[in-house]
Amino acid sequence: MFIINCPFCGERDQSEFSAGGEAHIVRPKQPTELSDDEWADFLFMRKNIKGIQFERWNHAHGCRKWFNVIRDTSNDKIHAVYKMGEKPPSI
Amino acid sequence: MSENFRSIETKFLDKTNRISFKYNGKKYYGYKGDTLASALLSNGVHLIGRSFKYHRPRGIMTCGSEEPNAIVQIGGNGSFTEPNVRATEQEIYEGLEASSQNCWPSVEFDIGGINNLISPVIPAGFYYKTFMWPKKLWYSLYEPAIRLSAGLGKSPTQPDPELYDHNHLHCDVLIVGGGISGIIAASISADNGNNTVLIDDKNSLGGSTIYQNDENFKINDEISSTWLDKKIKELKKKQNLTIKHRTSVAAFHGYNYLLARESLADHKSLDERLNKLRQRLWKIRAKKVILATGAIERPLIFNNNDRPGVMLANSVKKYIDFFGVKCGNKNIIFTNNDSAYETAISLNKKGIEVVVIDIRKNSSSTLVQTTKDAGIKIYWNHAIVNTSGYRRIKSIQIMEMSEDGTNVVGKKTSLLCDSLSISGGWTPMVHLFTQSGGKLKFRDADQVFLPNTVISDQISIGSCNGDFELDDVIKNTISECKNFLSASVIDYDLLKVSCPKQKESKNIWLLPNNKPLGKTKPFLDFQNDSTAKDIKLAMREGFKSIEHVKRYTTTGMGTDQGKLANMHALGIISETAGVKMGSLGTTTFRPPYTPLTFGTIVGRNVGTFFDITRKTPMHDWHKDHKAQFENVGQWKRAWYYPKDGENMYQAVQRESKAARESAGILDASTLGKIDIKGTDASEFLNRVYTNAWSKLGISKCRYGLMLNEDGMVYDDGVTTRLGENHYLMTTTTGGAANVLSKLEDYLQTEWPELDVWLTSVTDHFATASICGPNSKNILKKLFPNLDFNDENFPHMSFKNAEMDGINCRIMRISFTGEHSYEINIESKYGKSLWEKCMDAGKEFNITPYGTETMHLLRAEKGFIIVGQDTDGTMTPIDLQMDWIVSKKKYDFIGKRSLYRSDTMREDRKQLVGLLTDNPKEILEEGAQIVKNEKKQPIEMLGHVTSSYFSPNLNKSIALAVVKNGKKLKGQKLLVPMKDKTINVTVSDFIFFDSKNERLNA
Ligand SMILES: [Zn+2]
Repeated sequence: MFIINCPFCGERDQSEFSAGGEAHIVRPKQPTELSDDEWADFLFMRKNIKGIQFERWNHAHGCRKWFNVIRDTSNDKIHAVYKMGEKPPSI
Repeated sequence: MSENFRSIETKFLDKTNRISFKYNGKKYYGYKGDTLASALLSNGVHLIGRSFKYHRPRGIMTCGSEEPNAIVQIGGNGSFTEPNVRATEQEIYEGLEASSQNCWPSVEFDIGGINNLISPVIPAGFYYKTFMWPKKLWYSLYEPAIRLSAGLGKSPTQPDPELYDHNHLHCDVLIVGGGISGIIAASISADNGNNTVLIDDKNSLGGSTIYQNDENFKINDEISSTWLDKKIKELKKKQNLTIKHRTSVAAFHGYNYLLARESLADHKSLDERLNKLRQRLWKIRAKKVILATGAIERPLIFNNNDRPGVMLANSVKKYIDFFGVKCGNKNIIFTNNDSAYETAISLNKKGIEVVVIDIRKNSSSTLVQTTKDAGIKIYWNHAIVNTSGYRRIKSIQIMEMSEDGTNVVGKKTSLLCDSLSISGGWTPMVHLFTQSGGKLKFRDADQVFLPNTVISDQISIGSCNGDFELDDVIKNTISECKNFLSASVIDYDLLKVSCPKQKESKNIWLLPNNKPLGKTKPFLDFQNDSTAKDIKLAMREGFKSIEHVKRYTTTGMGTDQGKLANMHALGIISETAGVKMGSLGTTTFRPPYTPLTFGTIVGRNVGTFFDITRKTPMHDWHKDHKAQFENVGQWKRAWYYPKDGENMYQAVQRESKAARESAGILDASTLGKIDIKGTDASEFLNRVYTNAWSKLGISKCRYGLMLNEDGMVYDDGVTTRLGENHYLMTTTTGGAANVLSKLEDYLQTEWPELDVWLTSVTDHFATASICGPNSKNILKKLFPNLDFNDENFPHMSFKNAEMDGINCRIMRISFTGEHSYEINIESKYGKSLWEKCMDAGKEFNITPYGTETMHLLRAEKGFIIVGQDTDGTMTPIDLQMDWIVSKKKYDFIGKRSLYRSDTMREDRKQLVGLLTDNPKEILEEGAQIVKNEKKQPIEMLGHVTSSYFSPNLNKSIALAVVKNGKKLKGQKLLVPMKDKTINVTVSDFIFFDSKNERLNA
């Protein structure tokens, strides 16, 4: 079980958080302009990387804030956390 | 029965505390501190059970958690009974009752033993190959028969009466294992100011060194056990150190999160245990972890190596040196390394006859010299080729080994014995290390897997790190700990250690024999009865991966998880396949390290503490009025209110009629409520609901449908505009938390520019919903100053009001199709609001109704329930709710998905009504709907989602989702049931008052 450093609350147990999948998938501003394939790409396609992955987490049983996490999925090491809207730090 | 085999004095047992216990109904004696195994051995009992497949007699083999054979049932027949307990770990207590569990009808006479005689026809995969076909016989014949004769113990038939607890523990340094390396590490850690916890699974510290009385093993000129004993006494006085005995680490997860089971009462009599904690599960977060989990001795794999009396050499040493119990009078030791000579010397010192068989050609260590000096006969370069003795080993046959060790040559020699101690070297216990994500490396010299790379802040020390000799253990433990803990205070810098052993062993995974493999029984996994032959057969049949071989042969799949067998299985695979063992990898080590009881896992979360129960403020009233409750998520909701012996059907029919004929009242407090504020609140609702919100007037209500981004219906509810920038959203009871979290997600991540604030207020308000033709009259009595004129307070509008000076919010909204009001009040006034409603409604026969009637009434109106009539594959178009999907809005969550080729298909499953041809016939919810029963395979068109007998229509009605349903209106379909087929006609799904006249009646 991880320890996640919530950017608003500090280090907490993983059980306080919920995972929200891959990060930096921006909802298209003009969905109606997209083809079925392009929309499906946004809707369904995820990278599911073995290694360094950018993902969203929510401090569900805490401050309820969403933020981003850089995690190595092969060993669960968390390299960085950063707030929504911020540029990912270089690791 | 006397203890013929306890001839030696020992300081580790309390000889003044004699304890009686029962084993298989017979009374025996032992001492406080004895394990069940040591106590039985002291009484000369070796035979414990029958093996799983061949029902061969098996005896105690080890002295620890790796025990494959001595698995017993503890605690008689009562609720205290527990199967699969290792006799080598269970401490005896006064009145303990234990029994063999793998020996129906009895351990002495065994019907399953017939398997042993026909064993040539029970090869690997036998159960798979034979009993899986014909399949129908599996449940009726094979499985019960196998279970009866294999006997995996019996589970208690009553709830566990004992108490369990969970606790959290945080520390700087956690040390797992209280042997000599763990003790040195704990001492260094504590001395350097770390908050330290030392965990050990035995009842006293010291590992195997604490009973090492041999002059050959010295630390600073003291016998190693004497030195260690002093260190333990010092350790107990240290600050910053907690020692936990009888505590076994079950799991080591990432980020140094460990689970450990502390056994508090398993060694106590049932009287002493009453109302006390039995076990506690520690949830540990350690900044640093030091694993000192030790090593397990390997058996040797030779023909008939499984007879009672065959034991691991170091276990025999522990029984004699620690428990004062001799495992036999005529001992033979069979080894491939020096460590078994420690056992030989110990036995010899106590005057017990001993002979050594060594597969090596020689060894020149001091230890071997001491053995020779004691006059112990050593057969070098010999291997055991057979053993005899049914219930106890009687003799062995040995032969000389060929030059290259692959064969045996010359004449057989027979030797008599009643105890055979075997040693095949050591296997480091890397289970916890690999559970934590650590990767192993292979050391060719002695064929061991060792800790290599780690992810979390941890080290492994001592024999679990591959240091098997005292000098290496001490030297490396000190330097590793110094480094790892950046320690400056070290007491141990100048330790002088003497170790008289030679480190070379000769590793042969499967010993040679004069007979072909098919004619011998070299057991590998004693608990699951798999032999070297099974492994080879599996490989011949094409299994290559260790994980597959394991499952096919069941090697390593018993309650001991193959602690003894796995390495040999790997070794034989590697030898047979000609692959380097290091490149084969190991099977996955999964938690728990030793079995945990369910009680420990659930702790206090049983019965009413299993889950949170949410009750509305009116709950007690419902209870007082005999309501039956149903669980909706964590909520207890009033289901129906039976009167005068009514059953559910009768109660619901009465409630439903009353609600439409005069007045009904429902506790709607559980509906999710989200308070929405901010200058962009209207825009926000525009984006999350399918319909338009900008033009909703203040004090007006609107029904909204929420989709997922994939276009499927997610939730619904009525939202009220309380002010210019203030809304109150309601959600389904079950969906409240998810909706809030979804809305927060969009606000924080996609639309952070919106000025919107969400607050969950579900628990803040109690809601009474009053419906029916007399609802307005009741409301007028409750709020005499409020204008209930339909023009001033129309359907789908809202007013603030006061009841006895308490603010209320009244929404005129309806889920039943009746003229209806919802009164919201601060939760603490909920019950008195309800009582006032009942008082005011008395003259109108106001009838409380529960969720079942609510469901019936809304089904008459064709209102959907998200989650019952929808299942995550229904779009609003499928639900024939096109009217609520805005065509004008540029975007809302899920809009684009409604235009995907699949969601636009016309033959999707769609919501329809169903009427049974016989109006008295009620369909079953979930029943399948078909068109043609004759044509196979029968095409399934859909299923019934809601079904009731409508008292207001006096006929059966149902909602269903049916493929291409919109176009099937008026058509006949079939609902096949177990004993009949029901004829139905597809209909409109609004059955009652389709013009909505009653809303304003
Ligand atoms: Zn937080």
